Amino acid sequence: MLETLMLSRIQFAANISFHILFPTITIALSWFLFFFKFRFDQTGDPVWMRAYRFWVKIFALTFAIGVVTGITMSFQFGTNWPKFMETVGNIAGPLLGYEVLTAFFLEAGFLGIMLFGINRVSARIHTLATFIVAIGTSLSAFWILALNSWMQTPQGYEMRDGVAFPVDWLAIIFNPSFPYRLTHMLIASGLTAAFLVAGISAYRLLKGDDKKAPKLTLKIALTVAAILTPLQMVVGDLHGLNTLEHQPQKIAAMEGIWQTQKSAPLLIFAIPDEKEKTNHMAIAIPGMASFILTKDFNGEIKGLNEFEGNHPPVAPVFYAFRIMLGVGMLMLLISWSTRIQLWRKNKLPPWMLKALVAMSFSGWIATLAGWYVTEIGRQPWLVTGILTIKDSATDIAPENVGFSLVLYLILYVVLMAAYLHTLFTMAGRAIEIEEITDEEKVIHKNTSEKLAAKLPTQNKQEKNYV
Amino acid sequence: MFEANTLAIIFAGLMGLSILFYAILDGYDLGVGILLPLDQSDNSDTMNASIGPFWDANETWLVLAVGLLLIAFPAAHSYIFKELYLPTAILLISLILRGVAFDFRAKAAFSHKPTWNKVFKVGSLMAALSQGYMLGMYVMGFQSTFAAYSFSILSAFGVAAAYTYIGASWLVMKTEGQLQKQAVQWAKKSGWICFIGVIAVSIVNPIINEGVYDKWFTWPNTILILPLPIICFALFTISNLQLKKLPKTNDKHCWVPFVVAVMIFTLCFFGLAFSFFPYIVPGKLTIWQSASAPESLSFILWGAIVVVPVILGYTAFSYRVFWGKVRELRYY
Ligand code: HDD
Ligand code: HEM
Ligand code: HEM
Repeated sequence: MLETLMLSRIQFAANISFHILFPTITIALSWFLFFFKFRFDQTGDPVWMRAYRFWVKIFALTFAIGVVTGITMSFQFGTNWPKFMETVGNIAGPLLGYEVLTAFFLEAGFLGIMLFGINRVSARIHTLATFIVAIGTSLSAFWILALNSWMQTPQGYEMRDGVAFPVDWLAIIFNPSFPYRLTHMLIASGLTAAFLVAGISAYRLLKGDDKKAPKLTLKIALTVAAILTPLQMVVGDLHGLNTLEHQPQKIAAMEGIWQTQKSAPLLIFAIPDEKEKTNHMAIAIPGMASFILTKDFNGEIKGLNEFEGNHPPVAPVFYAFRIMLGVGMLMLLISWSTRIQLWRKNKLPPWMLKALVAMSFSGWIATLAGWYVTEIGRQPWLVTGILTIKDSATDIAPENVGFSLVLYLILYVVLMAAYLHTLFTMAGRAIEIEEITDEEKVIHKNTSEKLAAKLPTQNKQEKNYV
Repeated sequence: MFEANTLAIIFAGLMGLSILFYAILDGYDLGVGILLPLDQSDNSDTMNASIGPFWDANETWLVLAVGLLLIAFPAAHSYIFKELYLPTAILLISLILRGVAFDFRAKAAFSHKPTWNKVFKVGSLMAALSQGYMLGMYVMGFQSTFAAYSFSILSAFGVAAAYTYIGASWLVMKTEGQLQKQAVQWAKKSGWICFIGVIAVSIVNPIINEGVYDKWFTWPNTILILPLPIICFALFTISNLQLKKLPKTNDKHCWVPFVVAVMIFTLCFFGLAFSFFPYIVPGKLTIWQSASAPESLSFILWGAIVVVPVILGYTAFSYRVFWGKVRELRYY
């Protein structure tokens, strides 16, 4: 039987890993939806409405899973990590509280209008509701990442009798790693959503869908991906430099550097060996790690030997980091090559469409890998310098934790299968929908008659076949 | 700046308010889920449509309630959820199942719809039962005795009946035709069970909790608290009389059962809150013993003062947008 601490950790990691998958999509997908709706209001071109209508259903489903798995998260802190709340609850509590008050209610309150209210409110209010939902999801990320970053790089507090008390809230929220983590996460969400939109649109095109909407969404998604991927790499680099300053042991584990050294090599691949304190089968670019981290090929990097007994397990951090980078490179390659092809030929060959379908969920892989780097990389600390994991577990009977863990795991496997299946079923069904239905004409009449009159005639003829 | 003891009372009040809102709001949508018929799929669409725009916001009140417990009374949060670890896990899994079933049923291939309907119904029922069980254990002070378990199981069914009752009343207000007639029948039956449940809890609670007994039966409290059961009784009577006559022509008074149910929920809640105040873990921890640091509480209080009225405002707006009888739910 595993002990309670280990089971609690596995359960927490499983729950948060499953939860994060869905917000990562919705945070950015809501902005895509706002963009579609906004363009529809501007141009009156029904293809935007088609795009909106297809993606809003996927959004609704994803959002629902995000919400219900999130509710689980809010019970977890108290049940499995009571010491966490006892020690830093004065700081973690209000940050979580502000997330509920400013973000969750905002999203949930306007979601109904966004999803079902288009015929009941004016076009402007509906677009506004979509905008507010998008703001809400981004605010969620803001508050929860403020908390997570504070746990990585705490400041603005003082310890009294072993309990952290807030001294300066601005310093707590805008702690050193927060701006980097927030930006990197928001871009990660943008990439995840962009590759999902591109993948599903490519799937429709591959299956012979000849409408305008999937072509349009493919183009938009690839444009977004082509812009965000290089940006993410720059931000990721800055994030790493910031980590070097505040959590050097994490960087040493990410880079697999055992001994402090000048001109440290960049390991493309290796098998780190914690017992021998060395790497096997290393493929390396000499001096490159030093260059990336210090902008000098001869720069000195601290090795794991300086943090004896106080550094994270090396292998998971090391591999996860390479998975994230690998997916990032793949994203760069694919987004640029497909976007250039689309720009030159206005059409993608089937193999490129297939590659995009294969990349549909690449954002998930990179995001999870990135979070594993971050979270495992802060071990043995739960809150850097304040609380270690060992000291924060609960004393619930292991059988109980084991029982709930098994239930959660079964549930997650089933849900994931159902989610993926439904997504592609919906994409398949969208192909069969041919023309604009009568109800849709009614909306166009109400909301965009004036605008439609301004459209060029050719556009008007095509209107029925988006 | 507020003083620490005042802050504890304010936060206990805020938390109580969110629990009450949650019980009423998620109560009716869990109730609709429990009532979902498995054979007539045409009705199941209308019933789901009546809660579609709201269920997500309704559950957010639970997040707020638990959040406030965690933020303001972390020691109580740890204590309560450690005692209730398994029922909590069941509650969470049920909420996950019903939430996703709600969305999947509308989007999955047609042949899967009956399955998701079942998941939605069972998830709603399990969520209600586990909440009732948790309430029962709370009232019994988390004892591990046969009496405590029996009472909690009774309480589980009581709460499920109460949610069914408010859910049926919601349907009486929001639907028409054959479904409305059906809902009236549901409301009548579950109203009776709920009524018996309320009486049972009111009798058992003071008997097993000495502190509660002293509170209810000492002068002048008795005079303050006595009207509660009397009004409750009157409300049940009104609801029952109305239900006998509904639906009326022009759908007059279709809202009465729902409003009455809300009032009953509110009164019962105040009865319970009064019984236990100032204890947050019955007989063990008071709100003052478990409150967090005043600097944290005032930081969040200022936010709450600004944000809570805004939340109430846009919640009201959303109910106005979807006012009246349900129409088919469409994503446009
Ligand atoms: C689509 C997702 C995605 C992609 C393509 C990348 N990342 Fe990333 N990365 C994340 C998604 C992510 C993340 C999941 O969002 C993390 C975890 C926590 C965080 O703030 O961001 C993360 C963490 C993270 C960290 C850990 C920081 C810390 O915990 O202290 C570093 C150093 C980088 N990233 C660097 C990069 C670089 C140099 C990339 C260029 C290829 C890159 N990431 C691509
Ligand atoms: C942003 C909010 C987050 C907070 C406040 C947070 C907090 C925590 C806490 C309290 C633990 C338990 C202690 C431990 O075992 O290390 C933990 C561990 C962990 N978290 Fe996070 N986390 C967050 C986000 C994430 C995300 C998004 C992921 C993954 C996608 C993640 C992955 C993990 C993993 C894998 C562990 C286990 C590490 C280990 O035990 O070795 N975390 N985190
Ligand atoms: C330990 C950490 C976390 C906790 C306690 C938590 C809690 C929650 C809760 C309770 C909800 C449901 C809100 C509702 O009722 O509407 C939720 C949803 C959400 N969470 Fe988390 N969460 C955590 C981590 C994260 C992370 C790391 C992110 C993103 C960076 C995130 C972003 C969101 C978003 C955007 C939603 C809205 C629903 C959706 O978009 O699917 N959360 N979370």
